[in-house]
Amino acid sequence: MRRLPPVAITAIVFVVGFALCTAQFPNFASTRVAANLLTDNAFLGIVATGMTFVIISGGIDLSVGSVIGFTTVFVALAIERLGVPPLVAFAAILLLCAAFGAAMGAIIHVFDMPPFIVTLAGMFLARGASFLMSTESTPISAPLYSTVSDFALRLPGGGRLTSIALIMLAVVAAGAVLLHFTRFGANVYALGGSRATTALMGIPVGSMTVRIYMLSSVLAGLAGIVFSFYTAAGYSLSAVGVELDSIATVVIGGTLLTGGQGSVVGTLLGVLIQGLIQTYINFDGTLSSWWTKIVTGILLFAFIALQQAMLGIARRAGPRKAGVLKS
Amino acid sequence: MNAASDLGPALLEVRGLSKSFGTLRALQEVDFTLQAGEIHALLGENGAGKSTLIKAVTGVFPRDAGIVRLSGTEVALRSAKAAVDAGIATVYQEVNLLLNLSVAQNLYLGRQPTRLGLVREAEMRRNATALLAEFDLHIDVAEPLGNYSVAVQHIAAIARAVDQSARVLILDEPTASLDRHEVEILFAVMRKLATRGIGVVFVTHFLDQVYEICDRITVLRNGRLIGERKTAELPRIELIRMMLGRELAETTSERAAAQVRQAGELCARFEGYGKAGYVAPFDLALRRGEVVGLAGLLGSGRTETARLVFGAERADSGSATVDGKPVRLQSPRDAVAHGFGYCPEERKTEGIIADLTVRENIVLALQAKRGLAKPLSRSEQDEISMRFIRLLDIRPPEPERPIGLLSGGNQQKVLLARWLATAPRVLVLDEPTRGIDVGAHAEIIRLIRELCNDGLALLVISSELDEIVTYSDRVIVLRDRAHVDELEGEAIDICNILAAIAASSTIGAEAGQA
Repeated sequence: MRRLPPVAITAIVFVVGFALCTAQFPNFASTRVAANLLTDNAFLGIVATGMTFVIISGGIDLSVGSVIGFTTVFVALAIERLGVPPLVAFAAILLLCAAFGAAMGAIIHVFDMPPFIVTLAGMFLARGASFLMSTESTPISAPLYSTVSDFALRLPGGGRLTSIALIMLAVVAAGAVLLHFTRFGANVYALGGSRATTALMGIPVGSMTVRIYMLSSVLAGLAGIVFSFYTAAGYSLSAVGVELDSIATVVIGGTLLTGGQGSVVGTLLGVLIQGLIQTYINFDGTLSSWWTKIVTGILLFAFIALQQAMLGIARRAGPRKAGVLKS
Repeated sequence: MNAASDLGPALLEVRGLSKSFGTLRALQEVDFTLQAGEIHALLGENGAGKSTLIKAVTGVFPRDAGIVRLSGTEVALRSAKAAVDAGIATVYQEVNLLLNLSVAQNLYLGRQPTRLGLVREAEMRRNATALLAEFDLHIDVAEPLGNYSVAVQHIAAIARAVDQSARVLILDEPTASLDRHEVEILFAVMRKLATRGIGVVFVTHFLDQVYEICDRITVLRNGRLIGERKTAELPRIELIRMMLGRELAETTSERAAAQVRQAGELCARFEGYGKAGYVAPFDLALRRGEVVGLAGLLGSGRTETARLVFGAERADSGSATVDGKPVRLQSPRDAVAHGFGYCPEERKTEGIIADLTVRENIVLALQAKRGLAKPLSRSEQDEISMRFIRLLDIRPPEPERPIGLLSGGNQQKVLLARWLATAPRVLVLDEPTRGIDVGAHAEIIRLIRELCNDGLALLVISSELDEIVTYSDRVIVLRDRAHVDELEGEAIDICNILAAIAASSTIGAEAGQA
């Protein structure tokens, strides 16, 4: 398969990392650790799935961290202050996020602006708006929240696959199907290959751009809801810098930062690698948690260097199938 | 004139099409007729209006006047997509497919077979394989298109277009980057399509290919229709005359009598110099005080020769000597160090730096040659720029004016000044008079002669044959990316150059493309 090599390397990094951790801490290889890995990084997995679409299409979305923060505050205030039923609050915020993403996509397309700038503006806007609503952490005590936190699939070996981990896995699975098996997904790759050419081939580039940023914002909103389950609170400073974490996750997952290549499965592996590093630090107990950032940074460098090297090799080799022509 | 009247409505009929960009009249009342099942060459030199015609017909930009009929029905196409929907597909020289997607996705993007919203990958691949098999192309359609050669990419683009029920297929220089074998495969595809009743418009500058495959020829020059002929009834020399706009009767050579000068000492020599797929190996000797003209049609290898000589492309065969010593010209930097200068054809994009002043543009090459460690002082810069402004009569004589505000002729003089400031041995001028008004034109030619009298070796490329005849001591004629003839002294006249360009030679073509 054409998308295999970078993903395969990500998979190898994860397996080797997991094996090393297990060698040092025999308790590591348990369903408990695995399930916690998924739970603790559920929101990252959801938002990174959306980011995968954006980056493969040749764009970037810097607003997702702020959208998560906004969502947690919005949901907390709606439920606790206004007494809105949680599910109604969820529907409202997802609609709001969809409109927000659609607006960013439309601005990017209509005014032909760099996604970096437009979503940077979106990032400040969403973060500012969440401060406007509340600067304090608002705890959420709705019954639905305890129900959701209590629900879990029990795994053999004591692991609990929580509801938010299940939501994340569902999003990843749905994202993988959408990206790899639909026309929409093919168009996302096409946009990342060349915008102008995609337009010439009759693909509605404008509506694609709007829908891609809409998807990213909606998934960021969903990640915000999951984050509010995880912390049972809404806080305007939550998920600061998550946009960069999710970009790092996507790139470590083997997606080309310049677009056109990548996969959702790779992104899931990228999430797991980040989670693995955190878990190792927890197990060790003496290391500062900032080592997560350092190792992530090193991995990011390694993967970007690897991508450049592979591009360079491909360029030097040139078209290698010239000989299969039969006349 | 055309055969439309006796065959019913033509497949594609263009009448009185005009298009202006600002004051430039790119197309003036052009007619074009394409019959079903024919391969029709659209020919013309640079700026003749071929691309403008294609883009105006396919709706890439709006036309000012004229009508387009498709099978007798008038159509007004407003976008590339509308043209595709109407059945006119264009394949450009740069393939417009997505190299990161699989071949199958490229063929069916936007119209993949689906079930419940999911693309039926297996069915799509089967269809893609079958579709390409019609074109005798048997490849793994699951591979990314970028893994295949340009020829395969072109055929895939054609297959996509034809499968979208294209009736008119426009191929804009599809063979420019193909080797001989690939060209033959493409031609087989074109012939097959023609027998299916599709009309093919073939834009190229390889005349051998025109005579090999085309039924009819339409020639444009300076935005006007020059004529439409059957290929079989149009001798090659006549075609070239149509393209270049020269009547043999008017080829009164304007060579000055004083031109017979003895050749100076050898200054640079290239032996067996060439690059595969770029220019066939050539021998070239440049002597002091001598102008060597490079003549040939667009795409014949003139600019390519200049770029090899200047090191802008690396030669993969042959050797170069400067003043008797072997040298390696791997980059423009090497060439400059050995006393070469190059004024490129694309003055705006490759030559001038529009926002910098005249002074800064003039000292650029000299500063680069000295290295950044030895900056020219401001007073030196002023002295140099004033000297050349006076010498070349650059107007207005203001060194601090941004060069972008000067006229074309004066920009060209600044470029000349840039290289003259480095005191070069060899100066390569690519189309030095293009886009320059008549007065400045004569002045540039006078400058070329003067430079030559000062002992410089000049290599000049020009499409203007009378210009080449006027100043050249020797003329090298190129065709299909190979040097095919060399004329000297009395033999230099437009007649002989045209004859050399027209001489049919497949040997040259193959050597150039091997």
